[in-house]
Amino acid sequence: MSEIPHLLVHEEADNVGVVVVEGLKAGTDMLCCITHDNSTFRLTSKADVPIGHKVALKDLKAGDTAMKYGEDIGKIIADIGKGEHVHTHNCKTKRW
Amino acid sequence: MASKYSNITVQGYRRENGRVGVRNHVIILPVDDISNAACEAVANNVKGTMAIPHAYGRLQFGEDLEVHFRTIIGTGANANVAAVVVIGIEPGWTKRIADGIRATGKPVAEFSIEQKGDFETIRAASWAAKEFVHHASEIQREECSINELWVSTKCGESDTTTGLGSCPTVGNMYDKLLPEGITGFFGETSEITGAEHICQKRAINEEVGERWYKMWKAYSEDVIFAHQTDDLSDSQPTKGNIEGGLTTIEEKALGNLEKIGRTSKFIDILGPAEAPQSGAGLYFMDSSSAAAECVTLMAAGGAVIHTFPTGQGNVVGNPIVPVIKITANPRTVRTMSEHVDVDVSGILRREQTIDEAGDALIEMIRRTANGRFTAAEALGHREFSMTKLYRSA
Repeated sequence: MSEIPHLLVHEEADNVGVVVVEGLKAGTDMLCCITHDNSTFRLTSKADVPIGHKVALKDLKAGDTAMKYGEDIGKIIADIGKGEHVHTHNCKTKRW
Repeated sequence: MASKYSNITVQGYRRENGRVGVRNHVIILPVDDISNAACEAVANNVKGTMAIPHAYGRLQFGEDLEVHFRTIIGTGANANVAAVVVIGIEPGWTKRIADGIRATGKPVAEFSIEQKGDFETIRAASWAAKEFVHHASEIQREECSINELWVSTKCGESDTTTGLGSCPTVGNMYDKLLPEGITGFFGETSEITGAEHICQKRAINEEVGERWYKMWKAYSEDVIFAHQTDDLSDSQPTKGNIEGGLTTIEEKALGNLEKIGRTSKFIDILGPAEAPQSGAGLYFMDSSSAAAECVTLMAAGGAVIHTFPTGQGNVVGNPIVPVIKITANPRTVRTMSEHVDVDVSGILRREQTIDEAGDALIEMIRRTANGRFTAAEALGHREFSMTKLYRSA
C-alpha cells in the first residue's frame, strides 16, 4: 500500500474504525483498510478525531450495538452519523 | 516439526534446579515492610546487590497471607536471581520464606531483627551479601534453547493501537514459540470482561475452560460487583485508555486477548504468584490488571522475561525481570521513545505485517535474554507491588 491509511477496521462486520494518524481533520477523504483482508474503501471524516479514536462507518442509532473485532463492544446511546466521532459521549459498556 | 524458531539459542544462567535465567541478581529481600530499611542499608553497603522494598507482610492471614508468601518466595526463587539475603522482623516467617527459596538449591541466608536491632542485623547480612556477590559474579552464561525461557505478558496504558498492533505482535510470538516449548503467562482477570466467551474457548479442553470461567466469574462477583460504587467506566477502562480512544471494557478486553494470538491454547490456570506445575505451555494467571502488580505476580510465578504492549506509554519495569516494551502508537514512539524497545508502528501504516512484527519481538527476546538492557532497566524502573486480597487483621 503506497498511501498510508487514515483509518483501520478490524473486520468486515465492524461498524466503527480506528483513526491511526495524528491530527485528522473534519472533511478528510480517509483511506480506510480492513486489516482482516487488506481490502480498502474511502470515507469522509465529519469531525476532528484524535489518533486512536473511533469513527462510525455508517449511520448508527441509539440502541444499536457497536461492533469491532466482529464482536459486541457496547451500546450506542446517541444517534451518530456516518464519519462522526464514536466515544464515551455516545457509546457505553453493557457490563458495568 | 522443526521451524525456523527451533534452533534459536540464548546465553542464559542455568540454576541449581535446572531453570534458565537471563539476569544474575543478588537480592536483599524483606519479609515485611518494617525490614525495608535494613535491606536497603545492606544493598547500600554491598555493590552488585539490590534491595526489593515493599509495603506489606504484617498481620495478614488466610489466602491473602498465602499470596504474600508465594510472591516473596517466588521472587527469590526466580531463575533471574542468583542468591538471596532474606531479612524479617522475627525468625518464624523469615525462616518460612528462606526455606521456600532454598528449595531451588540456590544460596540463601536469613536474618531477623528482634533482639539484635538494625545495626547488628545489617552487619551480619552485609557479610553474607558480599559472599553472594563474589559467588554470583563468577557464574558464567551458557548456551540454552529459547524454549527454556518462561515468558509472560500483560499490556498497559492500552489504547486502540494495542489491539491493532502491539498485542497481536505478542500473540504472534506466542503462536511461534509456544509450539517450540516455551512456557507463557497471561492474565488480567477483570480485563477479560467482554471477551470471556472467547477466552474460555481458548482453553485446551472443556474442563480447563470451566475452571477458568468459574475463576473469572468469582472475580467479577467477589471483587468487582461487591465493591463497585457506580460503575467502573472511569477505572476500567482507565483515564489513559479513554484518552487513547478505548470506550468500553469489552473493546479493551478484545484488544487485550489479542496477546494470545490465533492458535495458542492455555493448558491450566494459576492463582496469583503460583508457579506452573503442568509442564511447558501457556497459563492464565488470576491477576490484577494493574501493571506493577501483575508483572510482580508473574515474575513470582517464574517468568524471566516480560513482554509488555503499550499504547499510551506505560513506563513500568520490574526489579528482577526485564520488561520489553512494544508499541504501535506513532505518537508514543514520537513522544516517549526512551521507553520503547520494539516499535511496531509500521503495522498501522501497513508497512509491517503482524508476522514481521512477531519476528522482531522474538529477536528482541533473544537479545534481551543474552543481556541487552531493556528501556525499563536502563531507566531504573523497578516497580515491585504486592497484591493485597483484603484488609490485614
